[in-house]
Amino acid sequence: METTSVIGTKNKKGQVYTDPRVMMNEAPRTPSFFTGSEVIKEAVRRASVDVMIAYPITPQSEAAALIGELFAEGYIGDYFRGESEFAVMSECAGAAFGGARVFTTTAGPGTMRAMENFPMWAGARLPIQCIVTCRGINSPLSIQPDTIEISYLMQTGMLVWHAETAQDFYDWIMKGYMVSEEPDVHLPLALCCDGFFVTHTKDVVNLTPADMCLPPYDPYRSPVPCMDMECPPVRMMRDPFVMKSNYISYATHASWQQEVWAAIERSRKHTIAWMDGLIETENADADVLIVSSGTAVSQGREAIRLLADEGIRVGLVKIKTLRPWPGEEIREATKNAKYIIVPEFNVVGWMAREIKASIPNSDRVIAGPHVCGGMTMPPEIIVEQIKHALGIRSAALAGRGS
Amino acid sequence: MSKERIKIAPEFFDIMPPEYQDLVTRATYGNESRGWKDIGTSKELIEEHSLCAGCPESMAFRYILASLPNPEDTVMVGSTGCTSLVFPHVAVHNIHSLFGNQNAVASGLKRALTVRFPGRIKDVVVLAGDGATVDIGLDMTLQAWFRQEKFTTICFDNELYANTGGQESGLMQKGFVAKMAPVGKTFEKVRLPEIARESGCHYVVNCTVSKPSLVEKVIKNAVYVAREIGPTYLQLYTPCILEIGKNSMEGLQEMRDSEKPTERFAYKEYISEPAKQLLAEIAAKEKERKAAAKQLTSQEA
Ligand SMILES: Cc1ncc(C[n+]2csc(CCOP(=O)(O)OP(=O)(O)O)c2C)c(N)n1
Ligand code: SF4
Ligand SMILES: [Mg+2]
Repeated sequence: METTSVIGTKNKKGQVYTDPRVMMNEAPRTPSFFTGSEVIKEAVRRASVDVMIAYPITPQSEAAALIGELFAEGYIGDYFRGESEFAVMSECAGAAFGGARVFTTTAGPGTMRAMENFPMWAGARLPIQCIVTCRGINSPLSIQPDTIEISYLMQTGMLVWHAETAQDFYDWIMKGYMVSEEPDVHLPLALCCDGFFVTHTKDVVNLTPADMCLPPYDPYRSPVPCMDMECPPVRMMRDPFVMKSNYISYATHASWQQEVWAAIERSRKHTIAWMDGLIETENADADVLIVSSGTAVSQGREAIRLLADEGIRVGLVKIKTLRPWPGEEIREATKNAKYIIVPEFNVVGWMAREIKASIPNSDRVIAGPHVCGGMTMPPEIIVEQIKHALGIRSAALAGRGS
Repeated sequence: MSKERIKIAPEFFDIMPPEYQDLVTRATYGNESRGWKDIGTSKELIEEHSLCAGCPESMAFRYILASLPNPEDTVMVGSTGCTSLVFPHVAVHNIHSLFGNQNAVASGLKRALTVRFPGRIKDVVVLAGDGATVDIGLDMTLQAWFRQEKFTTICFDNELYANTGGQESGLMQKGFVAKMAPVGKTFEKVRLPEIARESGCHYVVNCTVSKPSLVEKVIKNAVYVAREIGPTYLQLYTPCILEIGKNSMEGLQEMRDSEKPTERFAYKEYISEPAKQLLAEIAAKEKERKAAAKQLTSQEA
């Protein structure tokens, strides 16, 4: 990697630019008890971020404000509060066009307000990292966790990852930059987590040393020119393609979209190397598998424990990346499963739909349990769903009358 | 710097497109006294344009690009509209991303360039239509000014949404009958120059592009003030001859008619105190530079 030229030198805060593989995989880790928001701050402290742009919305406001403290301490080049999420994401775009490593955070209605920017980021090949701490987007107003916004992000051409725990979050913020800044990827990353469950709870997270940081972003390792007038201002095209209603115009637009989606696919190899695969499995040979992402996976783990106490063996597939979609991996992991249980924190069941579209005999997929609007997902309702599938009677958890 | 960054390796010179060869040999990057008078004798930074024949936006583009004081370190930000069809032909880096977000993009861009190139000049200039500046993008236009972002905002005011076929815009005159204003626009032309002043712009000019020397002056002032002090705003009348029913030859006259003292594009400027001081210093230095150059030539003679 070109960027290794600065490895071993110090930044103005005295942190040593460290080979990312050494920093993430070999450097000693210190267990620390932090909220998810504090973990975001600690990751950004070590990520050599040039520009962060913030806007308040629960449940990411705390993280966004904590990063402001990092700026005040001199860890970030520039930081300010934008005027709306739409503007913030455009401000992020401007900073990334100008060659900065850019970080931002949003949630729920903020994600939706900003939406026009996301396919633009992807098409412009801007490797911005946007933390999405998912919350409801419905009316009446809700601030509670709900993952429906992820289903919109999945169609934008961004990389979309879904963290389960604060530890995932910590590691993936830094690994996320490493993947999305690869010249053959060079795409924005929506790094999602379930709001509150991850952002506002405390957990033990193993941190890398605070005096080590990622090498800075090199904007010239990019498939498109950086807009800083440091390289020739090429004339971009003979005629703007929007002017043309002809085959060349259509072909250009079509092939660029295909290229963006191909770049998502090319991110696989880097992501697999950094994250040890796009999925993680436990007891994948069991007849019943719980397959999901985010904190639905954590609740699945609890359900598996409860069922084990009753002698029922259930396996787990944790999906880490939604874009790229690990279709092949899921097909392989679920090939012997008779029942595929997909618990989700949203009303539409987008995860179950994606899984159904990727595997043979999709009637094995049981789309549920679903909770939404901020409801928690007690492991018992997953247990109940599984027992129901297996034809085992269980006491109703909440009577609907019989 | 001069043309250092665009130089072509000698081995490849002959296979480069002729317009690029021209840029390297005959453009005025790095020439401190560049200006509108170079048009016709040097390579312009606009290759060609796909605007309607005679569209005053094309004149405005040529004058502005000839007048930028520091094109070799200037990045422009555009928006969707007729202007976005010209930018792909422009030989300074420029960004088009969405409709109306130009001042937000420029805010992020300027800050990134400041972080990345401390101690170096990197000018940012926004150029967008009136719909982009005043309607869909008004929030971001004003907020960039409130925040005192150090870049220039230029609005090509053609008093309507040209690119989508002539719909009503906030800068359209009251009473004008247009698409989406079927009984005539019911409210006054938005007073953006005044709003710009109140919003914190340090240099504001409202004029037409009928006189290239004037365009050169206001562009240079706006860029210098934005570089050193804070936001600047130029509202330039570039009539959409297509939508107001004029012929290709009539754009200039339309601008002359609208800049008469009682008309809406009569020259109007506002300059803040710090900006006045800066412009006076620059003028004094310029005078000195010219005097020194004159002395040098007379000595040589
Ligand atoms: C979000 C969004 N809304 C609407 C449009 C359609 N649109 C494209 S250009 C334009 C009008 C541009 O008007 P103006 O900014 O005045 O520029 P002009 O074409 O007049 O130079 C509109 C409405 C768009 N591209 N994006
Ligand atoms: S539509 Fe109007 S503004 Fe656009 S290029 Fe034609 S004359 Fe100019
Ligand atoms: Mg217009």
